[in-house]
Amino acid sequence: MTVFDKPTLAEAAPVARRSRTAIWLARLEGPQTMGRGPRFWAAVAVAVVTAAAYPLFVDGWTVGNAAYFLVWTFMAMGLGVVWGYGGALSFGQTAFFGVAGYAYGVLTINFGAAYGFTLFAAVLSVAIGALLAAVIGYFMFYGRIQGVFVGIVTLSVTLVLSTFMAQTAGPEWAIGAARLNGFNGMSGMPPLTIPWLGGDIALFADRPLYYLLLALVVLTYLGLRMLLNAPFGNVLVAIRENPQRAEMLGYDVRLYQVLAFTLGGGLAGLSGVLYTAWGQYITPSSMGLTAAALPIVWVAVGGRMDITATLLGTLLVLSVFQALTIYGSQYALVAMGALLLLTVLLTPDGVVAAAMRRVGRAFAGRRRR
Amino acid sequence: MTAILQTEGLCKSFGGVEVARAIDFAMQPGEIHCLIGPNGAGKSSFFRLVLGEHRPDSGRIRFQGEDITGLRSFARIRRGISVKFQVPGIFKALSVRQNLEIAFQHHLHGHDLDATIARVLDFVELGAVAAKPAGELAHGQQQWLEIGMAVGVEPSLLLLDEPTAGMSPDETYKTGEMLRALNAQGITILAVEHDMAFVQQIAGRVTVLHFGAIFAQGTVAEIIRHPGVERIYLGTADVA
Repeated sequence: MTVFDKPTLAEAAPVARRSRTAIWLARLEGPQTMGRGPRFWAAVAVAVVTAAAYPLFVDGWTVGNAAYFLVWTFMAMGLGVVWGYGGALSFGQTAFFGVAGYAYGVLTINFGAAYGFTLFAAVLSVAIGALLAAVIGYFMFYGRIQGVFVGIVTLSVTLVLSTFMAQTAGPEWAIGAARLNGFNGMSGMPPLTIPWLGGDIALFADRPLYYLLLALVVLTYLGLRMLLNAPFGNVLVAIRENPQRAEMLGYDVRLYQVLAFTLGGGLAGLSGVLYTAWGQYITPSSMGLTAAALPIVWVAVGGRMDITATLLGTLLVLSVFQALTIYGSQYALVAMGALLLLTVLLTPDGVVAAAMRRVGRAFAGRRRR
Repeated sequence: MTAILQTEGLCKSFGGVEVARAIDFAMQPGEIHCLIGPNGAGKSSFFRLVLGEHRPDSGRIRFQGEDITGLRSFARIRRGISVKFQVPGIFKALSVRQNLEIAFQHHLHGHDLDATIARVLDFVELGAVAAKPAGELAHGQQQWLEIGMAVGVEPSLLLLDEPTAGMSPDETYKTGEMLRALNAQGITILAVEHDMAFVQQIAGRVTVLHFGAIFAQGTVAEIIRHPGVERIYLGTADVA
């Protein structure tokens, strides 16, 4: 028998064929994601139930604020895929965030919220963000741009868009009824609205929107876990570790990079749409330098190479950042910079990732004892 | 019989330095062929041309009769060429098993994948360290892991760039036996190698490159007896 031969009957016999669904569900755990076993999933269940119960104990404004935190997690998870798993540091996820946010505004201001149009507009806007990412990714990766230059190109894109949108103040800058409004940004778009028999349900920044966002976060998180533990995720990690070897195993490295970048762009676009629908405004500063840098801080501090660490880290850093903004005013950004520096120096793989590893080791040690 | 790999008038230069000068090379399926020559002879450049990492200035490359000159690297690999680099090209942060999984997941899934990984782990004698990060393996083990990965794409032609670099004599011998076993299973092998004992252990035919051109070709015995080969290694032969 050669090393390539298919398994013999004796080898294959004990294994029953698994359905496609079972294969995908099994990928909720795997080598590319931390956390496995009943204890981990019990912790996930407790976290989700706690998050679901949270609005019952706080006022509407606090729930809306928590929804605001959830809005950003999609962009962070997308950056985690592109940078943490794929190894391409994108400094410009905010470009896709902004374009999708503005697209949602233009569509809904022109066509309104009736008949569930806001939901259609949201999907279309996310697709526009992903398409822009696909186009930029195509020229970037097929143009053999790599390493630090990916960061430079993507940062340039978001800064160009931010600068362009900031100078659209005049009345001539309008798409149909939607005024772009320059530096002040676009406002007045409707929130996400669900058509209902007894009258449309508008998801303002309160409990219903919070629950929609929570459901989306859970679905996106689980979906990404499955994708990252699938062959696609393995190849992304292979490209991050050694792109030449990945190519020499027969993988079209550039295609995978474009696909990951498109996914990251789509998720950033989802954040942009949800942000615009949440606050009913979007401004060019959402694509500016500070906005572009923050997702990198969230993902780096959390842990870029694990999607759970990215998600938890983003929520943690956003909470800390908001507290700093309230109590430390102008020092908030300086503190964020310091946090990034400390993370890079002390726990380069991320604070949350390091903590998760420590907890995992503690449990493993207890089991051995 | 159609040559498994054939180059016709392959030329490549970098800033006036010719690394390939009209190389006409052919090898038959089933061969173990070694490429030798002093440092700077153009051996690694020839590999890179065959793999598509460099585009030739002129000339053609055919694999199993098909012109692959314009194909990108991954497309050449998918047609049945595989490579093991001089410096182990493995995914150091990932476990040995994951390295193999990534190499094989192209065409194998589920139990087929698991069974093949187990068989390859056994073949390269790394079963005991399957869960270890590949970067923590000894140098020789890293070389074997990469051979296992290269084999995973089910190649017809395996290119090996100094497969025994940095290995002990025991490891070198073991590697030679491993390659002979793979050859017996139908893989044609083209290896760049300096260690003549190893070349004698595995090779059927040998090509000597010198200043980017073929200097001599023949069996191992013929090359060892070739009066010019020793001179080029000592640096006293003229450019061919």
